[in-house]
Amino acid sequence: MPINYYIFLAIALFSIGVVGVLTRRNAIIIFMCIELMLNSVNLLLVAFSKMHHLAAGATPTTGIDGQLFVFFIMVVAAAEVSVGLAIIVMMYRNIHSVDVNFLNRLKH
Amino acid sequence: MNITQILFWFLSVIAIFSALMVITSKNPVHSVLWLIVTFFAISGHYIVMNAQFLAIVNIIVYAGAIMVLFLHVFMLIDLRANTEPQQNRWIKIAGGIAGGSLMLVMIAALRNVDIKAQDAGINTNNIGLIKNLGRELFTTYVIPFELSSVLFLSAMVGAVVLGKKD
Repeated sequence: MPINYYIFLAIALFSIGVVGVLTRRNAIIIFMCIELMLNSVNLLLVAFSKMHHLAAGATPTTGIDGQLFVFFIMVVAAAEVSVGLAIIVMMYRNIHSVDVNFLNRLKH
Repeated sequence: MNITQILFWFLSVIAIFSALMVITSKNPVHSVLWLIVTFFAISGHYIVMNAQFLAIVNIIVYAGAIMVLFLHVFMLIDLRANTEPQQNRWIKIAGGIAGGSLMLVMIAALRNVDIKAQDAGINTNNIGLIKNLGRELFTTYVIPFELSSVLFLSAMVGAVVLGKKD
Protein backbone atom coordinates (compact mmCIF):
# COMPACT_ATOMS: atom_id res chain seq x y z
CA MET A 1 0.00 0.00 0.00
CA PRO A 2 1.22 3.55 -0.61
CA ILE A 3 2.46 5.26 2.52
CA ASN A 4 0.02 8.14 2.01
CA TYR A 5 -2.95 5.99 2.97
CA TYR A 6 -1.33 5.07 6.26
CA ILE A 7 -0.57 8.74 6.93
CA PHE A 8 -4.20 9.70 6.32
CA LEU A 9 -5.52 6.84 8.44
CA ALA A 10 -3.26 7.84 11.32
CA ILE A 11 -4.30 11.49 10.98
CA ALA A 12 -7.96 10.50 11.07
CA LEU A 13 -7.55 8.38 14.19
CA PHE A 14 -5.48 11.09 15.90
CA SER A 15 -8.08 13.75 15.10
CA ILE A 16 -10.87 11.56 16.45
CA GLY A 17 -8.86 11.29 19.66
CA VAL A 18 -8.43 15.07 19.79
CA VAL A 19 -12.16 15.61 19.29
CA GLY A 20 -12.87 13.14 22.08
CA VAL A 21 -10.53 14.95 24.46
CA LEU A 22 -12.13 18.29 23.62
CA THR A 23 -15.78 17.25 23.83
CA ARG A 24 -16.10 14.63 26.55
CA ARG A 25 -16.11 15.57 30.22
CA ASN A 26 -15.61 12.14 31.74
CA ALA A 27 -11.98 11.85 32.86
CA ILE A 28 -11.72 8.15 32.01
CA ILE A 29 -13.00 8.67 28.47
CA ILE A 30 -10.49 11.50 27.99
CA PHE A 31 -7.83 9.05 29.10
CA MET A 32 -9.06 6.48 26.56
CA CYS A 33 -8.89 9.08 23.80
CA ILE A 34 -5.25 9.70 24.71
CA GLU A 35 -4.64 5.97 24.29
CA LEU A 36 -6.28 6.19 20.87
CA MET A 37 -3.90 8.98 19.86
CA LEU A 38 -0.90 6.96 21.05
CA ASN A 39 -2.06 4.03 18.95
CA SER A 40 -2.44 6.10 15.81
CA VAL A 41 1.14 7.29 16.21
CA ASN A 42 2.25 3.69 16.71
CA LEU A 43 0.57 2.69 13.46
CA LEU A 44 2.34 5.48 11.59
CA LEU A 45 5.71 4.53 13.10
CA VAL A 46 5.35 0.93 11.96
CA ALA A 47 4.36 2.03 8.45
CA PHE A 48 7.37 4.37 8.23
CA SER A 49 9.65 1.64 9.53
CA LYS A 50 8.57 -0.70 6.74
CA MET A 51 8.88 2.11 4.19
CA HIS A 52 12.37 2.98 5.33
CA HIS A 53 13.48 -0.62 5.15
CA LEU A 54 12.17 -0.88 1.60
CA ALA A 55 13.79 2.40 0.55
CA ALA A 56 17.20 2.04 2.18
CA GLY A 57 17.46 -1.61 3.06
CA ALA A 58 21.22 -1.78 3.19
CA THR A 59 21.35 -4.20 6.09
CA PRO A 60 18.71 -6.65 7.29
CA THR A 61 17.98 -4.51 10.32
CA THR A 62 17.47 -1.15 8.65
CA GLY A 63 14.32 0.47 9.93
CA ILE A 64 13.94 -1.84 12.89
CA ASP A 65 14.31 1.16 15.22
CA GLY A 66 10.80 2.35 14.45
CA GLN A 67 9.25 -0.87 15.64
CA LEU A 68 11.36 -0.80 18.79
CA PHE A 69 10.15 2.74 19.45
CA VAL A 70 6.61 1.41 19.21
CA PHE A 71 7.53 -1.24 21.76
CA PHE A 72 8.88 1.40 24.14
CA ILE A 73 5.80 3.59 23.60
CA MET A 74 3.69 0.63 24.71
CA VAL A 75 5.89 0.19 27.80
CA VAL A 76 5.53 3.85 28.75
CA ALA A 77 1.78 3.76 28.05
CA ALA A 78 1.32 0.83 30.40
CA ALA A 79 3.14 2.66 33.22
CA GLU A 80 1.20 5.84 32.44
CA VAL A 81 -2.15 4.08 32.60
CA SER A 82 -1.45 2.57 36.00
CA VAL A 83 -0.54 5.93 37.52
CA GLY A 84 -3.30 7.82 35.70
CA LEU A 85 -6.03 5.45 36.78
CA ALA A 86 -4.78 5.67 40.37
CA ILE A 87 -5.09 9.45 40.09
CA ILE A 88 -8.63 9.14 38.72
CA VAL A 89 -9.65 6.79 41.54
CA MET A 90 -8.20 9.24 44.06
CA MET A 91 -10.08 12.08 42.38
CA TYR A 92 -13.32 10.10 42.62
CA ARG A 93 -12.65 9.45 46.29
CA ASN A 94 -12.16 13.16 46.98
CA ILE A 95 -14.88 14.84 44.91
CA HIS A 96 -17.18 11.85 44.24
CA SER A 97 -17.22 12.43 40.51
CA VAL A 98 -15.03 11.86 37.48
CA ASP A 99 -16.29 14.97 35.70
CA VAL A 100 -13.37 17.22 34.85
CA ASN A 101 -15.59 20.31 35.12
CA PHE A 102 -15.46 19.99 38.89
CA LEU A 103 -11.69 20.28 38.86
CA ASN A 104 -11.54 24.05 38.58
CA ARG A 105 -10.19 24.94 41.98
CA LEU A 106 -6.94 26.24 40.54
CA LYS A 107 -8.95 28.92 38.74
CA HIS A 108 -10.04 30.64 41.93
CA MET B 1 -7.80 -4.67 -6.12
CA ASN B 2 -5.75 -7.41 -4.55
CA ILE B 3 -6.08 -9.00 -1.17
CA THR B 4 -3.89 -6.56 0.79
CA GLN B 5 -5.85 -3.57 -0.48
CA ILE B 6 -9.12 -5.20 0.47
CA LEU B 7 -7.74 -5.97 3.92
CA PHE B 8 -6.41 -2.42 4.30
CA TRP B 9 -9.74 -0.78 3.51
CA PHE B 10 -11.70 -3.26 5.60
CA LEU B 11 -9.50 -2.72 8.67
CA SER B 12 -9.41 1.05 8.16
CA VAL B 13 -13.19 1.29 8.03
CA ILE B 14 -13.49 -0.81 11.18
CA ALA B 15 -10.85 1.27 12.98
CA ILE B 16 -12.36 4.64 12.13
CA PHE B 17 -15.95 3.56 12.78
CA SER B 18 -15.13 2.08 16.16
CA ALA B 19 -13.01 5.11 17.07
CA LEU B 20 -16.01 7.31 16.31
CA MET B 21 -18.18 5.06 18.45
CA VAL B 22 -15.69 5.46 21.32
CA ILE B 23 -16.23 9.18 21.49
CA THR B 24 -19.97 9.19 20.77
CA SER B 25 -21.41 6.38 22.89
CA LYS B 26 -23.12 7.47 26.09
CA ASN B 27 -22.23 4.47 28.22
CA PRO B 28 -18.52 4.48 29.21
CA VAL B 29 -18.40 0.67 29.24
CA HIS B 30 -19.47 0.65 25.59
CA SER B 31 -16.66 3.12 24.91
CA VAL B 32 -14.15 0.68 26.39
CA LEU B 33 -15.51 -2.18 24.28
CA TRP B 34 -15.36 -0.11 21.10
CA LEU B 35 -11.82 0.90 21.94
CA ILE B 36 -10.91 -2.79 22.15
CA VAL B 37 -12.38 -3.23 18.65
CA THR B 38 -10.17 -0.34 17.47
CA PHE B 39 -7.09 -1.98 18.96
CA PHE B 40 -7.89 -5.25 17.22
CA ALA B 41 -8.22 -3.42 13.90
CA ILE B 42 -4.85 -1.73 14.45
CA SER B 43 -3.35 -5.13 15.29
CA GLY B 44 -4.77 -6.37 12.00
CA HIS B 45 -2.91 -3.55 10.28
CA TYR B 46 0.29 -4.67 12.00
CA ILE B 47 -0.24 -8.22 10.75
CA VAL B 48 -0.84 -6.94 7.22
CA MET B 49 2.45 -5.03 7.51
CA ASN B 50 4.18 -8.22 8.70
CA ALA B 51 4.96 -6.78 12.14
CA GLN B 52 3.78 -9.88 13.96
CA PHE B 53 5.49 -9.26 17.29
CA LEU B 54 3.91 -5.82 17.66
CA ALA B 55 0.51 -7.19 16.69
CA ILE B 56 0.64 -9.78 19.45
CA VAL B 57 2.04 -7.30 21.99
CA ASN B 58 -0.66 -4.80 21.04
CA ILE B 59 -3.38 -7.35 21.71
CA ILE B 60 -1.83 -8.61 24.94
CA VAL B 61 -0.84 -5.27 26.45
CA TYR B 62 -3.52 -2.92 25.18
CA ALA B 63 -6.62 -5.01 24.61
CA GLY B 64 -5.71 -7.44 27.35
CA ALA B 65 -4.13 -5.55 30.22
CA ILE B 66 -4.88 -1.85 29.86
CA MET B 67 -8.52 -2.21 28.89
CA VAL B 68 -9.15 -4.68 31.71
CA LEU B 69 -7.66 -2.06 34.04
CA PHE B 70 -10.12 0.51 32.68
CA LEU B 71 -13.02 -1.88 33.23
CA HIS B 72 -11.87 -2.48 36.80
CA VAL B 73 -11.87 1.26 37.46
CA PHE B 74 -15.41 1.45 36.07
CA MET B 75 -16.31 -1.31 38.47
CA LEU B 76 -14.89 0.68 41.39
CA ILE B 77 -16.68 3.88 40.42
CA ASP B 78 -20.43 4.02 40.69
CA LEU B 79 -21.44 5.03 37.20
CA ARG B 80 -25.17 5.37 37.72
CA ALA B 81 -24.59 8.00 40.39
CA ASN B 82 -22.76 10.30 38.02
CA THR B 83 -24.01 10.03 34.49
CA GLU B 84 -22.47 12.66 32.32
CA PRO B 85 -24.63 15.77 32.58
CA GLN B 86 -26.11 17.36 29.52
CA GLN B 87 -23.42 19.80 28.67
CA ASN B 88 -23.47 22.80 26.46
CA ARG B 89 -24.10 21.89 22.84
CA TRP B 90 -21.76 24.60 21.64
CA ILE B 91 -18.82 22.96 23.39
CA LYS B 92 -19.41 19.82 21.34
CA ILE B 93 -19.71 21.79 18.12
CA ALA B 94 -16.59 23.80 18.90
CA GLY B 95 -14.63 20.66 19.73
CA GLY B 96 -15.74 18.99 16.50
CA ILE B 97 -14.76 22.02 14.46
CA ALA B 98 -11.37 22.27 16.16
CA GLY B 99 -10.56 18.60 15.62
CA GLY B 100 -11.83 18.67 12.05
CA SER B 101 -9.70 21.72 11.32
CA LEU B 102 -6.66 19.92 12.72
CA MET B 103 -7.36 16.96 10.43
CA LEU B 104 -7.87 19.23 7.42
CA VAL B 105 -4.65 21.14 8.06
CA MET B 106 -2.56 18.01 8.51
CA ILE B 107 -4.02 16.30 5.43
CA ALA B 108 -3.55 19.44 3.34
CA ALA B 109 0.03 19.75 4.54
CA LEU B 110 0.91 16.13 3.83
CA ARG B 111 -1.14 15.55 0.68
CA ASN B 112 1.50 16.51 -1.85
CA VAL B 113 4.55 15.68 0.17
CA ASP B 114 7.30 14.05 -1.83
CA ILE B 115 8.21 10.81 -0.13
CA LYS B 116 11.00 8.96 -1.81
CA ALA B 117 9.68 5.46 -1.61
CA GLN B 118 5.95 5.82 -1.58
CA ASP B 119 5.24 2.35 -0.45
CA ALA B 120 4.98 0.74 2.94
CA GLY B 121 6.43 -2.53 1.72
CA ILE B 122 3.93 -5.08 2.80
CA ASN B 123 5.14 -8.60 3.31
CA THR B 124 8.46 -7.92 1.63
CA ASN B 125 10.79 -8.24 4.59
CA ASN B 126 10.93 -9.78 8.00
CA ILE B 127 12.18 -7.02 10.28
CA GLY B 128 9.00 -7.31 12.32
CA LEU B 129 9.59 -10.88 13.38
CA ILE B 130 10.42 -11.57 16.99
CA LYS B 131 13.84 -12.99 16.16
CA ASN B 132 15.20 -9.80 14.62
CA LEU B 133 13.43 -7.47 17.03
CA GLY B 134 14.66 -9.41 20.05
CA ARG B 135 18.26 -9.45 18.85
CA GLU B 136 18.20 -5.69 18.30
CA LEU B 137 16.43 -5.08 21.58
CA PHE B 138 19.00 -6.97 23.61
CA THR B 139 22.10 -5.57 21.89
CA THR B 140 21.61 -1.98 20.76
CA TYR B 141 18.69 -1.04 22.98
CA VAL B 142 19.55 -3.00 26.07
CA ILE B 143 20.04 0.07 28.29
CA PRO B 144 16.61 1.61 27.56
CA PHE B 145 15.12 -1.83 28.00
CA GLU B 146 16.61 -2.15 31.47
CA LEU B 147 15.70 1.44 32.32
CA SER B 148 12.07 0.67 31.51
CA SER B 149 12.07 -1.76 34.42
CA VAL B 150 12.97 1.16 36.71
CA LEU B 151 10.10 3.08 35.13
CA PHE B 152 7.72 0.23 35.91
CA LEU B 153 8.96 0.04 39.48
CA SER B 154 8.38 3.76 39.99
CA ALA B 155 4.94 3.51 38.37
CA MET B 156 4.06 0.66 40.71
CA VAL B 157 5.22 2.63 43.75
CA GLY B 158 3.33 5.69 42.53
CA ALA B 159 0.11 3.76 42.01
CA VAL B 160 0.33 2.22 45.48
CA VAL B 161 1.06 5.58 47.12
CA LEU B 162 -1.77 7.30 45.25
CA GLY B 163 -4.24 4.54 45.92
CA LYS B 164 -3.55 4.35 49.64
CA LYS B 165 -6.39 5.56 51.81
CA ASP B 166 -5.38 8.33 54.13
